[in-house]
Amino acid sequence: MASKLTRSNGAGWAFALPGFGLIALFIVLPFFFAFGLSLTNQRLISPNPTEYVGFANYRDLLGLAVITLEPERDEAGQLVREADGGIAYPRVRTVTRSDDYPQYRGMREWFRWQSGDNARVVIASDVVFMKALVNTLTFVVVVAPVQAGLALVLALLINQKLRGVNVFRAIYFMPVVVSIVVVSLLWRFIYDGNDGLLNNMLVGLTFGLFEPVDWLGNPDTALGAIMAMSVWQGVGFHMVIWLAGLQTISPTLYEAADIEGASKWQAFRYVTWPGLRNTAILILIVITMQAFALFAQVDVMTNGGPLDSTQVLVFQAVERGYGRQDISGGSTISVILFLIVLAISLLQRWLTRER
Amino acid sequence: MKTRTILTAALLGGVAFAPAAMAQTELSMWYHGAGSNNQEEATVNRLVAEFNASQDDWEVVMESFPQESYNDSIVAAALAGNLPDIIDVDGPVMPNWAWAGYMQPLGIDEARLEGFLPGTIGRWGGEVYSVGLWDAAVAVFARRSVLEDHGIRIPTLDEPWTKDEFDAALVTLDESGEFEHAFDPGMAWTGEWYPYAFSPLLQSFGGDIVDRSTYLTAEGALNGEAAIEFGEWWQSLFERDLAPGTSQDPADRETGFIDGQYALQWNGNWAALPVIEAFGDDALFLPAPDFGNGSTIGAASWQFGVSAASEHPEGARAFIEFALTDEWFAAFSDGTGLIPVTKSAAQMTQNYAEGGPLEVFYELSERQALVRPVSPGYVVAAKVFEKALADIANGADVADTLDAAVDEIDADIEANGGYGH
Repeated sequence: MASKLTRSNGAGWAFALPGFGLIALFIVLPFFFAFGLSLTNQRLISPNPTEYVGFANYRDLLGLAVITLEPERDEAGQLVREADGGIAYPRVRTVTRSDDYPQYRGMREWFRWQSGDNARVVIASDVVFMKALVNTLTFVVVVAPVQAGLALVLALLINQKLRGVNVFRAIYFMPVVVSIVVVSLLWRFIYDGNDGLLNNMLVGLTFGLFEPVDWLGNPDTALGAIMAMSVWQGVGFHMVIWLAGLQTISPTLYEAADIEGASKWQAFRYVTWPGLRNTAILILIVITMQAFALFAQVDVMTNGGPLDSTQVLVFQAVERGYGRQDISGGSTISVILFLIVLAISLLQRWLTRER
Repeated sequence: MKTRTILTAALLGGVAFAPAAMAQTELSMWYHGAGSNNQEEATVNRLVAEFNASQDDWEVVMESFPQESYNDSIVAAALAGNLPDIIDVDGPVMPNWAWAGYMQPLGIDEARLEGFLPGTIGRWGGEVYSVGLWDAAVAVFARRSVLEDHGIRIPTLDEPWTKDEFDAALVTLDESGEFEHAFDPGMAWTGEWYPYAFSPLLQSFGGDIVDRSTYLTAEGALNGEAAIEFGEWWQSLFERDLAPGTSQDPADRETGFIDGQYALQWNGNWAALPVIEAFGDDALFLPAPDFGNGSTIGAASWQFGVSAASEHPEGARAFIEFALTDEWFAAFSDGTGLIPVTKSAAQMTQNYAEGGPLEVFYELSERQALVRPVSPGYVVAAKVFEKALADIANGADVADTLDAAVDEIDADIEANGGYGH
């Protein structure tokens, strides 16, 4: 293992020490604390002693089961129909709150599907956590490529020798330097359901045809609204990184491509894109991690609502730890989030490795 | 130890020359209302100054915190072991802090509390931990002319609206087309407003946040028939578009009633003065409707108590007792519009004296007020209740949502070993 890094490199290590020290103190150590706390029943406020509970917190978060509901039949054995023609099923609470099924106690319906006449219902110990998990993954899957792609387009646009291009650079970068809380508050006004800027604009553009939408108050649009505003807010930062990458590509390569008669697309495909390889990896990993850490927008704009459509993992961790005074539950979510991000980062490293 | 001896010596030496003020023992105090938009903070400052000038033993030094971060600061200070001597605490939160060992019993002579509004005395485990210098009450804000125009009976304390009457009134007002919404319950005010303002409605249906006979479960109270009936009605308010939902603009909440967007508004007495300014005699403050189990409104506002860490509880007690006079109750009421603690103090105020514009609130507090569940678990149950009500308003299945809330509250009570009940 003795390499050049560890031998006769005292000065280097000395310079790195403050950084390593701070990271160890404020990131590595708290993580081990969090893992330790997730195995206990630690509360935020409590005179009761903390007890070791093993993996109970993980079971409470991740518990899943599938139950089958048989349709209700009348005396003649015919299916009972709801008013809308659907098959009537007994309520899930007849199972989850029944003493006949103690193993399902406290679980709740997450989603269901039809199989024959029966309904298969997935019940979860913690539906809110499950929704937060799905929302977070959806957010990452949408935001990472869209934000990276948009940032690249902007970077290509402003990577030109034009008069006043710095003005555009400044404008695109502006949202990044404004506090995310301020940006979220402003976007709350923009998304307002009654007389928000967005609704007014859409109504104006369609000559009154557009029906105003309560963007943050509607479960179908709330997460999308937060995604759009997050992309807008973060795109400037990644644009600057792309720009830095673009400017490391030697102009002689473009000249050569020009002489060879390459089209604009070919120049991008065979000169620009390979030159941006390392930048792309960096941006992809950074955006993914940032997207997993989504918190402020949700906290300011929706508080996880409506109907849990904007619950995300970090918000849930904070809400549980401080709001519900359940430090162990919050820690458990943090540990799970850490493992997910770690797994995805390793996967990305592997997929983008030098071959 | 050595420095202390020197200090004491210096102090003793100083006494010979300096006035007695030098011998005052310092008492630290934390207060939640930094930057309050009325005279509350100024009046607390005046109280501290007058107390310090009134005697030679104690000197209270106050630090103000913004309300949003106050509770977090107390919790952090308690974990770090630096609580001040005197703290103020929101009434329903007090049992949690007392149970957690942040506060000590006030040790006050209960005869001093004679005639106080019930919501102003904070009890836990049979002892008084905190006392309020004011209370707050909620009423249905309305306009006489609007109700009369639509042929709606004006309810009284003795004969409040029934559920059907109230519902029919909302429908009538909605159908008139004069208002954006017939009723504004205040969904924009997330946080403590939900349990404070809406759990009394649930209680009026016959439900509650927890079962108050044991405080060990919410089963049956929050998901029983009465609670489900409440939930269905609550959901129907939003389904029928009688009330603005959770995405209500906070600005509309503040001014919507005065601007005529809403015909009725469920709001607290702290918001009453601007309404009187706008509508004069036309303004009405009506008692909560009776949904079958009597009319109820929430009680208890911020109160003062002594932290467990205080080495001078007698000094802290002296300060709190100093404030427990009709003069101070009246001063706070005049400065903030909040309800004075005693009837005699009410007579000394501008707003609550006989014939005063807010007089009705005193009686509302006296006759309808019910404190929120007195339990350390309330803090968590309140959060669960808030989410359940928001979800139901947004169309979630009523029974399932209330069941989930019950499970969460019960799990929390169990995880805390029953919270000492």
